[in-house]
Amino acid sequence: MIATTHIVMTLLVPTLWAQAVDPPSTLDAMEAPGFASIEPAMPADAPAVLLWDAGVMTAAGEVWERGWVLIEDGAITALGPGDPPGDSDAHSLSLVGRWITPGLIDPHAHIGVYAWPSAEAHDDGNEVTQVMTAGVWAEHSVKPQDLAIQRAVAGGVTTVLTIPGSANLIGGRGMVMQLVPTRSGRAMRFPGAPEHLKMACGENPKRYHGDKGRLPSTRMGSMYALRQAFLDAEAARQEWDTWEQTMADAAEAKGRKRKSQATEPAEPPARDLATETLVGVLRGEIMPQIHCYQADDMLGMLQLADEMGFSIRAFHHASSAYKIADVLAEREVGAVTWSDWWGFKMEAMDGIPQGVGLLEDAGAHVMLHSDSPAYGQILNQDAAKALREARRAGIDISDDQAIGWITLQPAWALGIDGFTGSLEPGKRADVVVWSGHPFSATSHADLVFIEGALRYDRERPQTWSDYELGREVQP
Amino acid sequence: MIALLTTLLLSHAVTAATCTVFTGGTIALPQQARDDLEVQVAEGVVQRIAPDVDRSWRGQDCEVVTLEPHAWLTPGLVHVGGTLGLQEIWGESSTHKHDAGGHPVRAAHDVADAYDPTSVAVPIARREGITAAVIVPGGGMVAGQAAWVSLEGLTQADAITERGVAMRASLSGGTPAEGLRLLRELLDDARAFQADPRAYDTNRSRSLAAGRMELEAMRPVLAGTMPLLVGADRSSDIEALLRFARDEEVGLIIDGGAEAWLHADALASAGIAVLLNPLTQDPTSFDRLHARHDNPALLAKAGVRVMITNRSALFAGHLRQLAGLAWRDGMDHTQALAAITTTAALVFGIEDHGRIAHGAQADLVVWNGDPLELSSWATTVFIAGQPVDTTTRHDALFERYRDLPGLPIPALSLPDSQE
Repeated sequence: MIATTHIVMTLLVPTLWAQAVDPPSTLDAMEAPGFASIEPAMPADAPAVLLWDAGVMTAAGEVWERGWVLIEDGAITALGPGDPPGDSDAHSLSLVGRWITPGLIDPHAHIGVYAWPSAEAHDDGNEVTQVMTAGVWAEHSVKPQDLAIQRAVAGGVTTVLTIPGSANLIGGRGMVMQLVPTRSGRAMRFPGAPEHLKMACGENPKRYHGDKGRLPSTRMGSMYALRQAFLDAEAARQEWDTWEQTMADAAEAKGRKRKSQATEPAEPPARDLATETLVGVLRGEIMPQIHCYQADDMLGMLQLADEMGFSIRAFHHASSAYKIADVLAEREVGAVTWSDWWGFKMEAMDGIPQGVGLLEDAGAHVMLHSDSPAYGQILNQDAAKALREARRAGIDISDDQAIGWITLQPAWALGIDGFTGSLEPGKRADVVVWSGHPFSATSHADLVFIEGALRYDRERPQTWSDYELGREVQP
Repeated sequence: MIALLTTLLLSHAVTAATCTVFTGGTIALPQQARDDLEVQVAEGVVQRIAPDVDRSWRGQDCEVVTLEPHAWLTPGLVHVGGTLGLQEIWGESSTHKHDAGGHPVRAAHDVADAYDPTSVAVPIARREGITAAVIVPGGGMVAGQAAWVSLEGLTQADAITERGVAMRASLSGGTPAEGLRLLRELLDDARAFQADPRAYDTNRSRSLAAGRMELEAMRPVLAGTMPLLVGADRSSDIEALLRFARDEEVGLIIDGGAEAWLHADALASAGIAVLLNPLTQDPTSFDRLHARHDNPALLAKAGVRVMITNRSALFAGHLRQLAGLAWRDGMDHTQALAAITTTAALVFGIEDHGRIAHGAQADLVVWNGDPLELSSWATTVFIAGQPVDTTTRHDALFERYRDLPGLPIPALSLPDSQE
């Protein structure tokens, strides 16, 4: 729902521009050309394929020891347990002993913005020159030659949210990326995905900026700066609302051809990219994704959101989110975390391996993320570990729930669960075939389909990144 | 008080016994896994491994532990190269006790003296089947001496098994070549000092690269009994270190080794072990552009002694997941398990540890499945034949917050009334 306005405008506005029909009458329309990509997203244009005689985990409530999935025109068109219907013309792949899952989704990555190989020149993830950088967009940093992109796909990942780092209280917009080879970062933009805003609480902003002698150097300083920023944004939102209403009224009057009553179009408010992002948050069009480790800090951010009138989509890292699992469940705020990371900083001290199980048991939207291109290659293992620790603690969790931690739940957090994240008819064919059970230590992603196109085959390695060309060595 | 608390928390089905016989399940022996053997433990040591061992020891009945058919008995895992008990919180420097600072050469810096057996990270590691650690100092050109500690007891006296199992050094000085020159100079000066300590003491020697205690502490390195543990990922740095170790006749362990597969045969024939993390076998930087996931497998196939670690005090529990990654990427299961148990004991010369063998210390773990599988966990951990506490601070947090809503810290009832 949040995405609707953007999807529509993204599709329509270039046409409107091209035909020079009317000047834009909304902020969304003014922003729309900023989303255009010179290079088109890759066309699906893939042959139909029937995957069968494999285990299937749908992330939609069903796990079949033996089942099948039919992919046509980039989408899942049918699936079921047992044998497939015999009348399909699709390319047939018998996959005995293997397992099919939705493509994995990493809801917190810095792929492209801190590209491999790491180098000073690739340090494009934190705009640390100011503490509030709501106007920056991660997609303007994304380097499509990042070696980590293809490696994530080899780990079964088909979609990530790539975001700025956590040095700033408001770090900037993230981009939902489908991991396909392109020549520009923004061509990887996931069609139809909503906008996201990276924010941060706790230790990082006060350390980065306080050490430079500027606000904030404390948690209370952080909250002050955030409250003021959203108060200012609220004033801007009202200006835009007023102008958009004026334009709508004028259009309506024009439509009724009562020209005598038509007024001259009003001048729009001056554009300010940082403010526009926060206006988007206040309008519920941009999803705040907040780096926040401690339960008490999360409660503070929820109170900020209530006071300023916006909704938080998810807390990221969220080491002690389990302490407020009841609150997060009731408010439908996601917890994006790891299976068992703890103690690498004070605010991560209370991360516990049973946390994911507790959050799931409380009915919260819980999911796993990597924050790291290394761990991002083994998200299936992190789900297996979180599942083990839940069961070890006596919490009853199904395999379907656990695969959801790395598929459907992050799809929800990214606002793309209507398009992907589970194996269901009508969804994009973002599909992984694993060499064995996805929660087994020895399982590899064997085949990875993204929107129906085969992008990875373990038996037939490709090289996506130009970095790797001409560097082959032998002992 | 701390000791008392730990005793109260000890809640295992298996109690301390004079003698224990493990039967059933799979036994991970150094060369192979067997499901047709029994293991008898007495006096903290593995006494017998046989199809049907005696159920008594010196006239006393042994406790018999019958493992489920899918259970495994393995040696306790060994976490190598990290800062367990030396660093409580990575992001808080006030908790760091592994980097001495000061002069770049700190060969006499014995990190065992800083080991804290009461660190909350210790039981968290133990819960995941880790029974020993090789803790390593950091910083400088020569950071100091590593130590083998057992994850038992609440005093250093209980925990420290062996000091000085390796000397931590690094290629410092701006370029790898300068790093090697500095190390050569130090070895040369240590030899000069040892040839004539009196000259040094009476101020008749030339200026040397380090102080008296440091040069003295280099003696076992020069003798080849204490290996240098040196970080290197780049192929050419590994090649240069191989040459350095041969020319200087010192023991060497490569720490990192992302591109070591390019020198697998040379490392094997020189007997140089590699300490690596299977999760980081990616071209993450220009020094590791030729990293590949099957590096551990390629090294093991060539006969290189591979030890697997992540060097993290906090994530020590990931050890068997990392070994599982090496297994997934082509390393033999037995080799992968050895890479987190037996190999470390062999490389660091603690040979009565790290394996299930006659006469070895009974550091043992019972797993409810294959220890390298993600679904299994350690059900009982033994150190020197005694079951040890595996409850953690994490478990206490779990208990406190398992039943929300609300914080379960009720108001107290009034004390007994007093007339």
